[in-house]
Amino acid sequence: MTSPALEVTGLRKAFGGLAVTQDVSLVVQPGERRLIIGPNGAGKTTLFNQISGDLRPDSGQIKLFGADITGLPPYKRAQRGLSRTYQIITLFAGDTIEHNVSLGLLGLRPSRWQMWRPISHYPDIATEARRALDAVGLLQLADHPISDIAYGERRRVELAVALAQRPRVLLLDEPLAGLSNVERSTVKALIASIPRETTVVMIEHDMDTALDLAENVTLLNYGRIIVDGERNAVVADARTREVYLGT
Amino acid sequence: MNWIAAALIGGSLLLPPFLAGDFYINLASQILIAAIFALSLNLLVGFGGMTSLGHASYLGVAAYISALLTSRYGFGHGAAAIISISGTVAMAAFFGVIALRATGLGFLMITLALSQVLWGLAYRMSNVTNGDNGITGLTRPAPFGISLDSPVSFYWFALIVATIAFLAMTVFVSSAFGSSLKGVRDQPRRMAALGFNPWLIRWTTFVYAGFWGGIAGLLYIYYHKYIHPTSLSITSSAEALLGVIAGGSGTLGGPAVGAALVLLLKNYASAYLERWNMLLGLVFLFIVLVMPAGIVPGFGRLTAALRGERR
Repeated sequence: MTSPALEVTGLRKAFGGLAVTQDVSLVVQPGERRLIIGPNGAGKTTLFNQISGDLRPDSGQIKLFGADITGLPPYKRAQRGLSRTYQIITLFAGDTIEHNVSLGLLGLRPSRWQMWRPISHYPDIATEARRALDAVGLLQLADHPISDIAYGERRRVELAVALAQRPRVLLLDEPLAGLSNVERSTVKALIASIPRETTVVMIEHDMDTALDLAENVTLLNYGRIIVDGERNAVVADARTREVYLGT
Repeated sequence: MNWIAAALIGGSLLLPPFLAGDFYINLASQILIAAIFALSLNLLVGFGGMTSLGHASYLGVAAYISALLTSRYGFGHGAAAIISISGTVAMAAFFGVIALRATGLGFLMITLALSQVLWGLAYRMSNVTNGDNGITGLTRPAPFGISLDSPVSFYWFALIVATIAFLAMTVFVSSAFGSSLKGVRDQPRRMAALGFNPWLIRWTTFVYAGFWGGIAGLLYIYYHKYIHPTSLSITSSAEALLGVIAGGSGTLGGPAVGAALVLLLKNYASAYLERWNMLLGLVFLFIVLVMPAGIVPGFGRLTAALRGERR
């Protein structure tokens, strides 16, 4: 019996009197595609921030492939194969696209402590960065600074940075936010092509697009899990309709 | 273009001993020392996003240790230099642990507080530091038997050390580690999510900057052959910070240009004006208004614009 890729048990977090995560428990199996939905303010991103280590939960436990990571700082979680993207794009605006992806690759290598050789002098990093950019269709823009490219392309760079790390578990925070219909289907195809060695947990508002990508869906509201299970069952559930679809 | 500018500056640094009198050669030596100091501060301010108002600690402590060891305890210059740099680096390691509990304004205040403690000690612990009288009667070292007592020989010595310092710091910020440092400056949270340890990256840089601050301190004590608590004061830290910002923080050569400007103003203007600080303030204001990124990036943009027009 292999341990789950991600196991969250009894997670709680409150900001003052406002409970933003209340007794959240969920299990994501290796290779699974999990969609997390819920209205604005349901605590989806807060949950991600606790999984990635940006926020400390008040209580509860987070396990990555069976190992307790609740107390680890974010960078140690990244070293263990956890990668994430951000709802609000956080790239290095002045640097080139390739440099952004290279930084992600450097983060997992001991050479990040190298104090005399420039990052551009690592042929393996350059090769992998360009491969990741090719995968998201941005290779021809590799030398452009982030500030030069369009919003939709930046979303794809966010994905490339995360994918280049070949994470074991990938957290995608609204990867489709703010994209046009055309860009949406591009990014959707990209997410669909992520290899199964990577477990994907995704927050997304656009149900029409995102539902196709997931086998299982978790519905959050007011920091609680309302429904959790197989996609069609969750969509058909009366509580989902009540909370999310507004009928 | 950059190469031409670099060659011009490098070439002009070789000229003072042949063209200028002792006064100007000495001034040039002081500029080199101030430049090393400003460059080391720039590692923190410009490349690390850690604005420190206590960098004089490293210059002052290295200078004081060397002064005490050579004058009072009969150490040779070689041993004194090694001990003073090791001591300064150890202190930077310790101060870094304290100061890096905070970032931004908190970091600035802690570095200021720590350096004020040292300044107070230098004033009050007069049985050790000789207090307000300072330590006098020091000598310059004679590396490989070459005396550094003449202005020209000292200038060459300072130029060699400054060149090594500039190259070492340039390699440092251009390296893979330098890329991590700039990443942590711009997006610490993202960097942590990518697997970088922001705290350790900042701390390592803090210690490295302390090392070069200490080297500047050694040159300082060799040059002046005298040390006074003011070298540890907030003014000393602030002048360096002013030089970094005026010249262009986060650029490779900018802080050296800024440090030269501050030192020239201080030396020239103070001969004619009692309130030379006021003039420095005005010049600084002008730079901030006209070239907010600093002199070096400002001129870079200016020449780019001129060339663009010609085309």
